[in-house]
Amino acid sequence: MSGTFLGMPAFPGNAAAAVHDSQLRFNLRKATRTIRGKRAAVVGELPDWEELRAAGKAIKDHTLRNLDRHLLRLEEAVTRAGGRVHWAADAAEANRIVAELVEATGETEVVKVKSMATQEIGLNEALAERGITAYETDLAELIVQLGDDLPSHILVPAIHRNRSEIREIFREKMGQWGRAAPGDLTDDPRALAEAARLHLRERFLSSKVAISGANFMIAETGTLVVLESEGNGRMCLTLPETLISVVGIEKLLPRWQDLEVFLQLLPRSSTGERMNPYTSTWTGAAEGQEFHLVLLDNGRTDVLADEVGRQALRCIRCSACLNVCPVYERVGGHAYGSVYPGPIGAILTPQLHGMTRATPASHGRGISELDASLPYASSLCGACFEACPVAIDIPEVLVHLRAKAPHPRSERLAMRAAGWVFDRPVRLARTQRLGGRLRRFVPGRLPGPGAAWTDTRDVPDIPAESFRDWWDRTEGGTR
Amino acid sequence: MRVALFITCVNDTLFPGTGQAVVKLLRRLGCEVDFPRAQTCCGQMHVNTGYPGEGTRLARRFVDVFAGYDAVVAPSGSCAAMVREQYPRLARAASAASLAGPPGGAASGRERASGRERASGWETAFEREVAEVAPKVHDLSEFLVDVLGVTDVGAYFPHRVTYHPTCHSLRGLHLGDRPARLLREVRGLELVPLSGAEECCGFGGTFAVKNPAVSAAMCADKVHNVMATGAEVLCAADNSCLMHIGGTLGRQRSGVRVVHLAEILAATEEDTPFPAGEATGGRAGGAR
Amino acid sequence: MNSRERILARIRTAVAGAPEVALVPARPPAAATGREVELFAERVADYRAVVHVAEPGKEGAVIAEALARRGARRVVVPGGLPREWERAVRDHPGCEVVTDDPPLSAAELDAVDGVVTGCAAGIAETGTIVLDAGPGQGRRVLTLMPDYHLCLVRAGQIAAGVPQAVAALDPARPLTWISGPSATSDIELDRVEGVHGPRTLEVIVIR
Repeated sequence: MSGTFLGMPAFPGNAAAAVHDSQLRFNLRKATRTIRGKRAAVVGELPDWEELRAAGKAIKDHTLRNLDRHLLRLEEAVTRAGGRVHWAADAAEANRIVAELVEATGETEVVKVKSMATQEIGLNEALAERGITAYETDLAELIVQLGDDLPSHILVPAIHRNRSEIREIFREKMGQWGRAAPGDLTDDPRALAEAARLHLRERFLSSKVAISGANFMIAETGTLVVLESEGNGRMCLTLPETLISVVGIEKLLPRWQDLEVFLQLLPRSSTGERMNPYTSTWTGAAEGQEFHLVLLDNGRTDVLADEVGRQALRCIRCSACLNVCPVYERVGGHAYGSVYPGPIGAILTPQLHGMTRATPASHGRGISELDASLPYASSLCGACFEACPVAIDIPEVLVHLRAKAPHPRSERLAMRAAGWVFDRPVRLARTQRLGGRLRRFVPGRLPGPGAAWTDTRDVPDIPAESFRDWWDRTEGGTR
Repeated sequence: MRVALFITCVNDTLFPGTGQAVVKLLRRLGCEVDFPRAQTCCGQMHVNTGYPGEGTRLARRFVDVFAGYDAVVAPSGSCAAMVREQYPRLARAASAASLAGPPGGAASGRERASGRERASGWETAFEREVAEVAPKVHDLSEFLVDVLGVTDVGAYFPHRVTYHPTCHSLRGLHLGDRPARLLREVRGLELVPLSGAEECCGFGGTFAVKNPAVSAAMCADKVHNVMATGAEVLCAADNSCLMHIGGTLGRQRSGVRVVHLAEILAATEEDTPFPAGEATGGRAGGAR
Repeated sequence: MNSRERILARIRTAVAGAPEVALVPARPPAAATGREVELFAERVADYRAVVHVAEPGKEGAVIAEALARRGARRVVVPGGLPREWERAVRDHPGCEVVTDDPPLSAAELDAVDGVVTGCAAGIAETGTIVLDAGPGQGRRVLTLMPDYHLCLVRAGQIAAGVPQAVAALDPARPLTWISGPSATSDIELDRVEGVHGPRTLEVIVIR
């Protein structure tokens, strides 16, 4: 991934541009509708889904409340099993640790399992600066990397691309990175998957170092868990001599048995399957491999400090909220300007970057215009909350963050004026009467900010008499 | 039963016919309807736009005004959901702020002057009042089906109607099939299913003007689905969503009218028949 | 203060005063239904894996038939595979048996036609097989590089659901949970079988 989200304008502008990209709209609509149907079917199959959801929420809440204790247990268990644990306060530190570990092996190439945490910290770019090439091995990540593109979905980073676009990327770019695509490559998904298999096979066989994330870490046993579909994860986790896993500190579960809850919640919510094709678990140095675990904060402890916002740390990155979101469906992931798009991104990104103060993660710049606009990138329809397998009340957090976001002066004044009117019924009545008198002068197309309404919609007719005046005049309709 | 009408600021100002329909309907069903004149707005716009200070002030007014009634009925799923879902949070936050130290934006100047100790006692009272009042606030269809226990309200509305379950009535209040059960009992009414009914229309309060392009794109799909039903009337439990969808239907000269559920349920054979074939997506006059 | 201490301190400050959240007791596993074998076979087949149900003692013939159908010439068998299963592989005409002793390189494994293994557990509800690198299963890479995996599951190994399987498995061992052949949904969220892992998964359930 060599694109960057840095310096993108605010959400409304990005979204307006995306909405007019009809190919993008078509791709997203098709994909999100497919996955919604599948998810609904496999979730409906489990009679105890709501119980599982409540258990998932409770386990995560307990973990977050006792995060220090469970992290120390994890550290001890991983160390006992022959792994080494590193702690990274921010992106720069995590990148430095990983680069030094790779340099210590003498290698200049690494293979990667799809990982949100390493995207978040910009690891590939940081490694490139030190002369290390990171090869993405997940099919969608490969499409993004070859296409010099940005990820637009948590689970399927190339969801914005359709099969014929993918064929073009493979034909043009595979040769520059390794084995070229066959000349007669079609846009049949099977053929595209086969091309990726051949392209990456020699890479897997020759790589000595792999970098992964993890879906879960078990404090009790020191076990790491990776769920995947293609087998690229298994390749990276088993073949190389050195494995480095970069994992957010919130990915913890206290007990081995807790895994059963999440192995039921995650695949069904994410790919809409009863179980994903492959899940790998390992504890410390497995089968003679050298293993390093890099525990990443990078703003997570800031999120944890917010009583309402901390529930975002329950997220297991399933992307069910993206797939059901009417806003995401129409604008795609890039508009959110972050590796975490969609509803969860709208609450996680601004919190990770720091809502109210300049943090290291925001590069000391304070809140960006884009981050400030993200809590407003929702109609508060609630579909995300309903779909979330760990019951993150995303609308609640959005509203909470809106209160913390900086507001434009004109809006502040308008809201204060509205508050003043609503403070006294007599003021409201007078305002209504004024509106009633001016009703004939309201134009069909409003100027200024009103145009945002009237560009596509008629203005409702203002009635001559408000309800309260009617009630007074008719004594409650009795006269 | 002594019922207070919570008209909501949008209906009060822009859609008085909906309020009149609620009054007519509830009286027909034997309720004594009161309209507490001191009510203004529930504060949803302020809270959801990021101004909880003003919103909390309006919430305090609301619980003061509506305390003491057996039931409070609102012709708005969204405003009823605001009171039931968000008021307890606002009250908790106000209590926490007052306990934590000098009250912030949640308390007015006078409260601030009253001192910390008294303020904290006052805040707790606010939480208690919310806990008392909020569960008594009902959306109209909820009140009819759950509290009065009726689905046949004696209405007559000879039109082809489709129903859009607004997000807050669907996922906030969990109204389920209550509106449909009421509509199915209306004489002369043909209820046709709306495809993609559960998808948001794109109104979302200030979302409609803060993200107009996305809002319009969502509404375009909703309007497309509405037109595909062949219905003459689009019905919902929220005039704000109907204003958005109806405004778009009107701009497209679709001929489909938007009518609030209350106005359909209030209509009887004595009402002026709905002018047929009038090519406007504007407000219906039927029950007014 | 190093980053470890800093992160721990920040966590403690962040949650100070927050109410304690009790850890819910682990959920009780559901009782066995007696339909595990049928459900398992059905759910494995849902992933477009090939499934056979064999009577005990008859699985050797099913192994031989499967390898013949596949046309497998060089087949890896892990150490500790039950003798009768290994014999079925060896007896398959024209088939060369490859063992992992001394350990095979990934490239060598890439050149074989298939692998025959047992497993540590099966899960009926999800149609999942779990390998724990124990006897008869081999190192993780053995079931990864070859394009064909023939896996034998005994009825007694099949748990009704995920909770029972998690309880029975040893987290100290490297586990591989397999639900059907390698697949991807990365192109238009449409599932396609066969990417990097074995593209064909064949399962023999011994009743």
